[in-house]
Amino acid sequence: MSELFKVSSNPHIRSKVTTNGIMLAVIIALMPATGFGIYNFGPRALAVIMVTIGSTVLTEFLFGLYRKKMTITDLSAVVTGLLLALNLPVTIPLWMAALGGVFAILVVKMLFGGLGQNFMNPALAARCFLLISFPTAMTAFECDAYTGATPLAALKAGEQVNVMDMVIGRTAGTIGETSVIALIIGACILILLGIIDLRIPGSYIVTFVLFVGLFGGRGFDPAYISAQLAGGGLMLGAFFMATDYVTRPITVKGQYLFGIFLGIMTGIFRLFGPGAEGVSYAIILGNLLVPLIERITKPTAFGYEKGGRHHEK
Amino acid sequence: MAKLTFVGGIHPYDGKELSKDKPIQDILPKGELVYPLSQHIGAPAKAIVAKGDRVLAGQKIAESGGFVSAPVYASVSGTVKAIEPRRVVTGDLIMSIVVENDGLYEDVGFYPSAPLEKLSREEIIDIIREAGIVGMGGAGFPTHVKLSPKEPEEIDYCIANCAECEPYLTSDYRRMLEEPEKLIGGLKIILKLFDNARGILAVEDNKPDCISLLRQLTKDEPRISVKALKTKYPQGGERQLIYATTGRKINSTMLPADVGCVVNNVDTVVAIYRAVTEGRPLIERIVTVTGDAVANPRNFRVKIGMSYQEILDEAGGFKTTPEKIICGGPMMGFGMFDLNVPTTKTSTALLGLSKDDVSAMEPGPCINCGRCVEVCPGRVIPSRLADYAEHFDEEAFVANHGMECCECGCCSFICPAKRPLTQEIKSMRKIQLAKRKK
Repeated sequence: MSELFKVSSNPHIRSKVTTNGIMLAVIIALMPATGFGIYNFGPRALAVIMVTIGSTVLTEFLFGLYRKKMTITDLSAVVTGLLLALNLPVTIPLWMAALGGVFAILVVKMLFGGLGQNFMNPALAARCFLLISFPTAMTAFECDAYTGATPLAALKAGEQVNVMDMVIGRTAGTIGETSVIALIIGACILILLGIIDLRIPGSYIVTFVLFVGLFGGRGFDPAYISAQLAGGGLMLGAFFMATDYVTRPITVKGQYLFGIFLGIMTGIFRLFGPGAEGVSYAIILGNLLVPLIERITKPTAFGYEKGGRHHEK
Repeated sequence: MAKLTFVGGIHPYDGKELSKDKPIQDILPKGELVYPLSQHIGAPAKAIVAKGDRVLAGQKIAESGGFVSAPVYASVSGTVKAIEPRRVVTGDLIMSIVVENDGLYEDVGFYPSAPLEKLSREEIIDIIREAGIVGMGGAGFPTHVKLSPKEPEEIDYCIANCAECEPYLTSDYRRMLEEPEKLIGGLKIILKLFDNARGILAVEDNKPDCISLLRQLTKDEPRISVKALKTKYPQGGERQLIYATTGRKINSTMLPADVGCVVNNVDTVVAIYRAVTEGRPLIERIVTVTGDAVANPRNFRVKIGMSYQEILDEAGGFKTTPEKIICGGPMMGFGMFDLNVPTTKTSTALLGLSKDDVSAMEPGPCINCGRCVEVCPGRVIPSRLADYAEHFDEEAFVANHGMECCECGCCSFICPAKRPLTQEIKSMRKIQLAKRKK
């Protein structure tokens, strides 16, 4: 036979799940929170979202031209841009939002080798970069409908907050973080599609509740605890940022440890730090510890448990 | 304790409906037959015929080349045309005996050496070794070696691997439905070798008809039980099977006998039955010809040595141009570049796929999603091992249990970035195994 067939190493079949598909699912899962943000904060929220996505995609496109390797089709730049926008206040000057997008893609992601190589969540790193560079603009949570203070800041000042409003999202805050309901709907989509599981969000939230209950000074008062849970970026962070594949541990035990660490750090930042919020810093700090966490949670290969030749009868 | 499943694994499209209802059909070869002298793990067999000799079906044409080796028998009558290197499915050139089929199918006459009750343990193992029986699930490890552990009295489970977890394959399924008494008879012979052992027929629960049939036929056998395992690939992997049926764990440095188990595939157990009770050496096997590119998917009883091309012709050839042809299942089989290679003792299937997933999907960068970790039955981190292999970091590869990979392919299957993880790990394992031999 003159004609030869295609050969390759086994296995010869592949699952339907692709990197693009995963990114698309994350974008879809963020739609409820995005939609609510636009509804809540008005058309300027949409402008911020368009600017950040535009800047992340354009940055990756230009970098791709320079390196002669086009990667924007994997949609990861869109996810980064969208997540960044959801983490910004609606009043932010648009040029700052654009700068955040450039920082996220160019400095945090592409300079470290592109998709899969960044050691920090690009959107969160960009948020922290903006927070440090422009503290006033980044914490100006003013909008027509609400008072300037976020519920968490009010809570920290000892004021009463309306938990129901916080769950629905009718409060001040960043574009995407206010509505717990919208974020939970998105999280359910990701869980049902098998994109994320509850290991990190679950251990994160449980640890945080325990920490706040023990050290918050109000005990396990349900109103206080639910205000802490619903306030700030906890839900957005726990379900959409801490679960970022690239910057969380790959080992199962490591994921629980990572969640616990985030819960404790968020509690410390919120209760004892100067600001009311701490999710972003907790997660990027956690990102830095991933190599260490992975090292101490290396899985035991099958058949090596309890001294190897163990034989249960 | 039986867990009936294992941690990890995948659920690929199983494609078994294409051929599962096709009864086993006998087919006869037309042209020459090729018998590679190395169809098993271990020393190659030594040819004992010469060019021009006339041979009969069932005549030994090559003798065992050592303890870990197996003899080879002619499957038809005819004349030895050549003894020369021939291409086999893996692409290697292997010294082979080529027999021109005379179309008479004259055999040497098959007689059992003695009734089963009169045979001693040693005599049974001798018969199995002489019949050239090797693991027919794909590995090709000589069966008599498996059946001769250092301490036979320590063996407490003899497991017949009836999982058939590879997608598309239905040869074991048909065997269980059509010749269950031979399977049970074979297991009883194995149990005769191990006084303290119980027999287990381990079937995946996607074959409920086999499970009820085997349960019905073994209800009066106190030493044999049928276990319905949860359907998941690679349930038929030796380590996964032992864990699912007994709760015991072995790693790559251990043998099943280290935890008191002996595992044999369905076709192997049937071959043992036929060798001991009928005196027949291993000259036939069941091969599934299937896939969406094959005109009439079938299960055939073929004479070992027949070419794949002839088997495919019996199934009506291809109805569409296949992009990929595989010898064996899609998870662990070999991609074939040519169909004019012989079937051997370990040929389970011929699979023609109209679409090749592998070449259709460009590998991308790892996004660290951890799906490979979730599915790995060896409980290692395939994405990291593949990185070590790629960077040729041998030390890290071995330290992170790279040698525990059983090459089942789950990681490559599940990877959303379509990285060839199994291939990378496999290449490094080969290098390490070669170094160990030195």
